[in-house]
Amino acid sequence: MNLMANTLGYPILSTLIFLPVFGALLIALLPRSAEPLIKSVALITSLLAFAFSIPLFTNFDKTTAALQFVERANWIPAFNIQYFLGLDGISILFVLLSTLVTILCVLISWNSIKNKVKEFYIALLIIEGAMIGVFCAMDFFLFYIFWEAMLIPMYLLIGVWGGPNRIYAAIKFFLYTLVGSVLMLVGIIALYLYADRTFSIPALMNIRYPLSMQFWLFWAFFAAFAVKVPMFPVHTWLPDAHTEAPTAGSVILAAVLIKMGAYGFLRFSIPLFPDAAKAMTIPMLALSVIAIIYGAVVCLAQTDLKRLIAYSSVSHMGFVTLGIFAMNIQGMEGGILQMLNHGIVTGALFLCIGMIYDRTHTRQISDYGGVATVLPVYAGLFMVFTLASIGLPATNGFIGEFLVLLGGFTAQRWAGVLAATGIIIGAGYMLWLYQRVFFLQVNAKVQGLKDINLRELVAVVPMAVLVFWIGVYPNAFLSFLHPSVQNLLNRVHPGAIEMSTLAEFLKKILA
Amino acid sequence: MKLYLLIPALPLAGFLINILFGKWFIKDKANWIATPAVIGSWIIAMITVAGVMAGHRVSEDLYTWVISDGFRVPIGFLIDQLTAVMLVVVTTVSALVHIYSAGYMKGDKGYYRFFAYLNLFTFSMLMLIMSNNFLQLYFGWEAVGLCSYFLIGFWYEKKSASDAGKKAFIVNRFGDFGFGLGVMLIFITFGSLHYETIFGKLGMIAGQSVSVLGWTVSLPTLIALLLFCGAVGKSAQLPLHVWLPDAMEGPTPVSALIHAATMVTAGVFLVARTNPIFNLSPTAMAVVGITGGVTALFAATIALVQNDIKRIIAYSTISQLGYMFLACGVGAYGAGIFHLYTHAFFKALLFLGAGSVMHAMGGELDIQKMGGLRKHMPVTYWTFLLASLSIAGIPGFAGFFSKDEILWQAFASGGVGRVLWGIGTLTALLTAFYSFRIIFVAFHGEFRGTPEQAHHLHESPASMAIPLVLLAVGAVASGWVGVPPFIGEMFGVENSNLFGAFIGHVVSQPAAHGAPGQEMMVTAMSVVVGLLGISLAGVFYISKPGIPKALAKNFSGVHKLLWNKYYIDELYNFIIIKPTLWVAKSVLVDTTDGKIIEGVVNGVPRGIGSFGQRLRKLQTGVLQNYAAMMALGVFVFVAIALMILVGGVKG
Repeated sequence: MNLMANTLGYPILSTLIFLPVFGALLIALLPRSAEPLIKSVALITSLLAFAFSIPLFTNFDKTTAALQFVERANWIPAFNIQYFLGLDGISILFVLLSTLVTILCVLISWNSIKNKVKEFYIALLIIEGAMIGVFCAMDFFLFYIFWEAMLIPMYLLIGVWGGPNRIYAAIKFFLYTLVGSVLMLVGIIALYLYADRTFSIPALMNIRYPLSMQFWLFWAFFAAFAVKVPMFPVHTWLPDAHTEAPTAGSVILAAVLIKMGAYGFLRFSIPLFPDAAKAMTIPMLALSVIAIIYGAVVCLAQTDLKRLIAYSSVSHMGFVTLGIFAMNIQGMEGGILQMLNHGIVTGALFLCIGMIYDRTHTRQISDYGGVATVLPVYAGLFMVFTLASIGLPATNGFIGEFLVLLGGFTAQRWAGVLAATGIIIGAGYMLWLYQRVFFLQVNAKVQGLKDINLRELVAVVPMAVLVFWIGVYPNAFLSFLHPSVQNLLNRVHPGAIEMSTLAEFLKKILA
Repeated sequence: MKLYLLIPALPLAGFLINILFGKWFIKDKANWIATPAVIGSWIIAMITVAGVMAGHRVSEDLYTWVISDGFRVPIGFLIDQLTAVMLVVVTTVSALVHIYSAGYMKGDKGYYRFFAYLNLFTFSMLMLIMSNNFLQLYFGWEAVGLCSYFLIGFWYEKKSASDAGKKAFIVNRFGDFGFGLGVMLIFITFGSLHYETIFGKLGMIAGQSVSVLGWTVSLPTLIALLLFCGAVGKSAQLPLHVWLPDAMEGPTPVSALIHAATMVTAGVFLVARTNPIFNLSPTAMAVVGITGGVTALFAATIALVQNDIKRIIAYSTISQLGYMFLACGVGAYGAGIFHLYTHAFFKALLFLGAGSVMHAMGGELDIQKMGGLRKHMPVTYWTFLLASLSIAGIPGFAGFFSKDEILWQAFASGGVGRVLWGIGTLTALLTAFYSFRIIFVAFHGEFRGTPEQAHHLHESPASMAIPLVLLAVGAVASGWVGVPPFIGEMFGVENSNLFGAFIGHVVSQPAAHGAPGQEMMVTAMSVVVGLLGISLAGVFYISKPGIPKALAKNFSGVHKLLWNKYYIDELYNFIIIKPTLWVAKSVLVDTTDGKIIEGVVNGVPRGIGSFGQRLRKLQTGVLQNYAAMMALGVFVFVAIALMILVGGVKG
């Protein structure tokens, strides 16, 4: 993998990672009672981080798959561990999404977090730093540190500021993810030893590993990433975590955290173990299709707003993995775009649900009805995200889903056809939800509520803008992906080697 | 800036202005934004259509919408004769409906919202018909569906209305499922979604077949039938027709514009637009024709017994759309589009007339509670009568020419076409009957409503009456551009079928076989059944009003079947909705997620935990136990795995 020097003249990625951490430290020094000041520091930090991330968008060279904005220094020479950061087309958009989402999380938590305010914003900012770190790290050791560093503040976010059943949800989240990550750690160490002691991800990608090693390591990494995505059948932590987490927690989970699983497939599983990944296409596509349909059908039986959106994430992330494992350009670009889309749309839906929850303190769908009459502006915005969620053309969801389905259909007809049924069910559960919450007679519990205020409006309007921006002119975002995706697929399909079937593959590694 | 871009751009601008500022600033002036936008659009459309008639043709891309490797799809426009016909229909009816709605919706608290949606609909429909590629068509297709959803459920506080909107959207998704797959298959086959590129490469796929679930299917047939799935949903054909009657929950101008004249005809437009693909597959053509014919008859039989004025007209719409597909199925796409064009006028008029009646009767829909309205509402009565004569196929009126051409083409195509002609002729009888049933029951006889309703009966205001009169002109005269040659010759006019010649540039025209005598016979038949239908309705509802009751009693099984619309809604509820919800709740949530997966997930740490507790006989907090034991277990596991794996790899 080629490296490209930073064209900006300052270490932008380190700045992005450590600015939030610095903000967190600053808050730690403030007195507990200075709540307005704490919130302001958090807001300013997140705004600054976002401002610093904009040059990434404008200065990124879209013509190359090389790593950009690279920073590299020796860190622990004894183990050949480096402080190595860089971005390519696959990761850059998620850094931007992370910095944007953090601002919205600060805004949405402004009045709804009332106890341990100081600790809350510290946790939030540390999460931001770790999230950005995960997407930037190009040294496996460094990556693993960021990956695990996310876990603890997130665990606290759910366990301390969550709903009534928060402890159960937090522990479940923690254990699920930990089990997966530990298997990945095993994989990382195996790679390190095999490659003569290097953690450099680009260096590790230049090696073609023996098939049997690819096979075992693929599954070790799969454990970590499948849990994060989450794929069926390791998805049951997500509904609990989403439901119990405070709004900001749900938003970060939906928008960024679960993207890391899919990112892991793209960054590690496929380029490191291309032959194994290719051979596992069919099981991966099957799991994706199951997730799409299973998640969607389960949504029809939900009575809790947040739980419903959580299950819809399972379905939507099924589209993402379907696209990725379709192993063709449309599928993969669609999958990556759909990761971004899902972050925007589901993040926004959780923001919206948080707003109404702050007013009614109930998540039960049956406690709502007639919200469109009482909060018309809110209803309009929610409609925008509902439509994006069901993939209506001119919203971002359509472009992503269409490319994914096209990719899936090209790869395996059955996968495309079955996945497309998710679109029908998706319309079913989302419109039914919308009807029960927003239409019909005004429920006594929503009578007299105030419509969305300026702070809340500022928190969701950027998401609505992105919905239409990507929907109407997706090339502004797709163009980041082309060289990197092409490069990745060149690794998977070098020359005209035929796709080996699962049976052949197993025969090879067992021989 | 190309002038034609303003055709969709003006309604889009109107939508944006009203949706963003309507609630606070524009309020009950919303029509003053929306209506001029559409009238402007109409004017430019007419200029554009004149250009097409003079031989101009637009085919160009505006910008590339989606790029992913070889997948490059533009936002682009194709304006040819077919688009021109659609432009006339869409902008004309839309403009008249906008004018009408200003009066009809007066005082509604969602006034600005209504006009915003109408504008958005007009924009979407225009994008659909002006597209030069399948993906933009799909955009328009879904967007008109969305507007339909918004407008059916416009009075969203009513459960029946919001149910109907949701139903329309979801039922259409079933059709779009096939349509979407068809679009993908087209891209995979041709590497493009441009109509012109695809139609230029059609030779490539003629005779090719693919394997679907072990069956060998001809590729053109598969593509055509997948596309047709979308058409079946959007144009409410069997078996996806169930949403359209319910869609009558929406305000009546919406029924006229969206659910009669424009959106529901998009399916017919799609088939006509892609006619080169359908022409490659006799199987697909047969499916289209038979679906159309069966739906035409099926819907007409239901319309015979209904009492809700809007639902009768809705079933009539389904039936007339069936005629259009019947025409396409026998290769007479031009006749199908001709009927689309005349139908837009007389059907929009019927709906707006029904709206006028409802306006006068405080929202009453049951024709049995009307009666004698002609005395109170002369303009509504006369225009409604003209529309009914048109749909009944009385010579000289628009519907006569288009329906006649369809029946003749079906007859002339021979084979299955003869059967379809028979079905079409029978349907024509029923059509005349149910149309005049409304006339005789609602407008003639004595008034049967409440005294308050009687007191309020009045003709509608000018803003509503004028569109009725203008549409009546269309309902009568729009057919005169497509006079069959043998009738034209009687009046000494050569090339009287101007419409056929115009549309013939885009769609293939079947060479009508058969002697001129046969054509005259077919025409005579259709006139006879039309008159017979009207006379029967007259006998049943004017001179011998006991007959319908006696028939309903003697054939109570049939009557019940028709009254309940063949129980199709009940069937779908029983075989699709209920099982799906049952699976969701009982199988997936309670069993798979609840017992199996969660059982394992909660069981493993619990197992380790209880083992640890027994081992150490320590009473710590349960949660810490879980975490500690789980971590311990994982650590041990990892250590073992690491040893094996690293040893294995290096060794």
